[in-house]
Amino acid sequence: MSSTVKEIEILTADDAELIRISREGTLSLNLDEMHAIQKHFTTLQRNPTDVELETIAQTWSEHCVHKTFKSLILYSEEGKETEEIDGLFPTYIQRATEVIDKPWCVSVFSDNAGIIEFDDKYNLVFKVETHNHPSAIEPYGGAGTGIGGVIRDSLGTGLGAKPILNTDVFCFGMPDTPYDKLPKGTLHPKRVFKGVVAGVRDYGNRMGIPTANGAILFDSRYTANPLVFCGNVGLIPKDRCDKSVEPGDLIVAIGGRTGRDGIHGATFSSAELDDTSENLGSVVQIGNPIMEKKIVDALIKARDHNLFRSITDCGAGGFSSAVGEMGEDTGAEVHLERVPLKYEGLEPWEIWLSEAQERMVIAVPPNNVDKLMEICEAEMVEATVLGNFTDSEKLQVFYDDEIVADLDMKFLHKGLPQHIKKATWQPPQHKEMHSRDNITEDYSDDLCQLLSSPNIASKESVIRQYDHEVQGGVVIKPLVGVNNDGPSDACITTPIIGSEKAVIVANGINPKYSDVDAYISAASAIDEALRNVVAVGGTLEKTALLDNFCWGNPDKPDRLGALVRSAKACYDIATAYGTPYISGKDSLYNEYRDTTTGEQRAIPSTLLISAICVIPDISKAITMDVKSPGNLIYVLGNTYLEMGGSHYFDIHGYIGNTAPIVRTSEGKLTMDTLSSAINHGLVRSCHDCSEGGIGVAAAEMAFSGGYGMTLNLSRLPTGEAISSDDFLLFSESNSRFIVEIESENQSAFEKHMDGIPIGCIGEVTDTSEFIIYGLSQKRIIKLSIETLKSSWQTPLHS
Amino acid sequence: MIPKVLILRTAGTNCDMETEVAFQLAGADTDLVHIQNLISGNKELSNYQILAIPGGFSYGDDISAGILLAVEMKHKLRDAINQFVADRKLVIGVCNGFQVLIRMGLLPGIESDDGQSELLQSATLAMNTSAKFECRWVELKTQQSPCVFTRGIKSELYLPVAHAEGRFNAPNDVLAELESNKQVVFRYNNSEKTSSNKTEYPFNPNGSDADIAGICDNTGRIFGLMPHPERFLTKYNHPRWTREDLPDEGDGLAIFKNAVNYVKATLS
Repeated sequence: MSSTVKEIEILTADDAELIRISREGTLSLNLDEMHAIQKHFTTLQRNPTDVELETIAQTWSEHCVHKTFKSLILYSEEGKETEEIDGLFPTYIQRATEVIDKPWCVSVFSDNAGIIEFDDKYNLVFKVETHNHPSAIEPYGGAGTGIGGVIRDSLGTGLGAKPILNTDVFCFGMPDTPYDKLPKGTLHPKRVFKGVVAGVRDYGNRMGIPTANGAILFDSRYTANPLVFCGNVGLIPKDRCDKSVEPGDLIVAIGGRTGRDGIHGATFSSAELDDTSENLGSVVQIGNPIMEKKIVDALIKARDHNLFRSITDCGAGGFSSAVGEMGEDTGAEVHLERVPLKYEGLEPWEIWLSEAQERMVIAVPPNNVDKLMEICEAEMVEATVLGNFTDSEKLQVFYDDEIVADLDMKFLHKGLPQHIKKATWQPPQHKEMHSRDNITEDYSDDLCQLLSSPNIASKESVIRQYDHEVQGGVVIKPLVGVNNDGPSDACITTPIIGSEKAVIVANGINPKYSDVDAYISAASAIDEALRNVVAVGGTLEKTALLDNFCWGNPDKPDRLGALVRSAKACYDIATAYGTPYISGKDSLYNEYRDTTTGEQRAIPSTLLISAICVIPDISKAITMDVKSPGNLIYVLGNTYLEMGGSHYFDIHGYIGNTAPIVRTSEGKLTMDTLSSAINHGLVRSCHDCSEGGIGVAAAEMAFSGGYGMTLNLSRLPTGEAISSDDFLLFSESNSRFIVEIESENQSAFEKHMDGIPIGCIGEVTDTSEFIIYGLSQKRIIKLSIETLKSSWQTPLHS
Repeated sequence: MIPKVLILRTAGTNCDMETEVAFQLAGADTDLVHIQNLISGNKELSNYQILAIPGGFSYGDDISAGILLAVEMKHKLRDAINQFVADRKLVIGVCNGFQVLIRMGLLPGIESDDGQSELLQSATLAMNTSAKFECRWVELKTQQSPCVFTRGIKSELYLPVAHAEGRFNAPNDVLAELESNKQVVFRYNNSEKTSSNKTEYPFNPNGSDADIAGICDNTGRIFGLMPHPERFLTKYNHPRWTREDLPDEGDGLAIFKNAVNYVKATLS
């Protein structure tokens, strides 16, 4: 055996030794898993090499195989019998999609991204990923490679999709965190914020992909564990959506060279961070967007010449995962000495595991390799034959003709023992806040304070740094209104310039509600994503969802209990609305441990729901800015006394206990009927009610359109008796919209909305005054739209 | 005769597709050609009547925006480009393409003192005064100029910009000569401004001297601009199409149509 390859003595190791091997090698394997490996090699009567053990650790990492979502969970709630859940993913996510059974779902959960139908020539692919741990340590590189990685997911789907849109959602600590309150070893949220935005900006802009949708949230619990969600939509010809590998196909690596960067990224991101994690610089990669652009250009050409049969990206685990996955059903033989290196001196296992960016692997029939090389040369991108797929059902890795790994594909992909985990849930009890009607008669300050709170305030300074116009297809921009600066509910793009067929992309995320109940938080995130789709002219009928869970340590029963509740909501709400999941991802272990004090912090349980909807006719789309004075303002959907987790409670220092639930039969009826009214041209503008309730939504519509409004809360439809003005104004009940209707369409609109709770609460005025009257007909808000707008624009201005 | 457009690509070019659509809508035949194919001789510039250098980040805009592609073109394609220009053919550079034309010296194309026809850079597109990349729509005022791309075009246009290095900057004598030759094609504008003073940020999005958004050479056949006409081809590109009554055709298309019409009328 080569001197560069080490044999790891596990056959004789006891439990303590097995744990030590896992920990010292950053393998993130638990004792059960080490036992399974020990048993396998005992039957082979030999020890594994370092290359083999590393390959297994990568393939079995939480990051790659999502073992928590596949584990057997024993879930208990107080007063209820313990429930046995055989995998959250199959039980709640995959099954929802099966039950909904949409014919336009082309490929779900199997490829690097989900695929849905677009028009008669093309399908769409959509994937959202996270890059949390790297962004915590090196925000610019972590975020840049996050977006770079998810673009490669689109490129690695089917036989390669052309990336057409990026979406980004970030969660940071509070921007005003005092430096002496920073957890040890962490970066200040402002620095993380700037670095992450710059990383996404520089990568996305250089790739020539519009970044046209997103969100930025703040909570002190994200300080040590910021979240960076990056998504990409791609366009793919209908006859390029299937892939296969044949024995004899050449394994060709395309793109950047391999270095020591990003080693152990997959296993690193499957563990908690602590105050020494900043020393792990080598697990964060450096991005090179121009390299990736060259790869896209070359591979789309090669795809159109039909030169390869399968493709995947080198993400977590590098070549070990890419080749291991592609050759799972056949077998593969790889020669590591052929891999082009950035510099000399890499051990074979380092070459095999490096997560150096901008690399793709394709399966090329030998006859096509010359033509492929020609295209790559013309596009100035390096391509190298590393080996070939075989029929051995083994993963065989060589270095200078010596075999350094000889692994059974079946053991590698099916040998992971199922975990059994305990989950519990107990409803928390928070202090309740009373209405402030008896303290104040005027809520103008509250409204301004809400508009200024960082979660609601304008993100224009960030949005403008992204090119959201490149490719010439984005037709509903992230910023809309008379001065192009109002907050659009969703973006719409037309991938084929001049065609009326369009794609809506939106998102929903509500981590504050998970302080009350992760079930409610998840349900509300789905409702919000769908409201955003419907608000610009989409329909539930043609909407697909993506789920991205970011959680604390799932080995702790309370964290896992919240995850169970969240997954249950994903099933219940999606099946009720008929919106299938097509892809998803989870990032667990988002916790921080101070090694000196032992202090342990988890992020709020955070579910991002991304929605994608195909619409036939862009001319029917609408925006959220009010259009003309004299038009009527309606609220659609009932308001309930649901202040728990609301931003109104938050600015007064409360959480509360009754977070907004989703009433799917009410919600579906409202959304379907509204979609139809918009499609009939009855609605001039529409905005969804989310953070800050009706008060914030109406103010945003007014100042974005440049007109005032006069509104009266006594005409608001409610689902229960509500006697306080502040709760009516700032409740965040789900499935509600504010719409603007021309007065000549009033009766047609009301007729159309028959059976839906609606209320005409006022009108658009030809003034700059935003006025709201309360239940007792007293004026409770009077502000100029300029004041409202500057409250909203100033906080995150630079 | 159908005019043929060579849309030049290299590593980091990213507005090639929409530029192609724009020229096709204007009635031209288009060819996306990687610079490697021009250098190797696989493709000949002389077979085309219009050369378009689209936006993007050529070679990552390393060193500074457009400079590496400019150097490559200047040194590896000099004769072909000189001949192309001498044949009274058209060149347009948008955004990164404009940066390339400026750094090659094709624009403003003001000759050096020694009278040599050597291409020299006499102006620059510097980092925006906001010191960051910005994407926003801007109003443009069309100037009196010999530019063939803007003949008969309306007096005010609305187009998006998206760049970090777009601040047009030149020595005073170059600026004076640009003005006297009427080489300024577009200026950033604020239609609501009360005085005729300089247009303020963000209406002038990058701090350009004399609000310059686009210039041509003194023949009017070489044209460069920071705003993206290829991103406003239909009314749905306009950021306020849901609230304003707009013609179906976007403001940008006329620029491509003018180029095609010029070739049809003059070169065939």
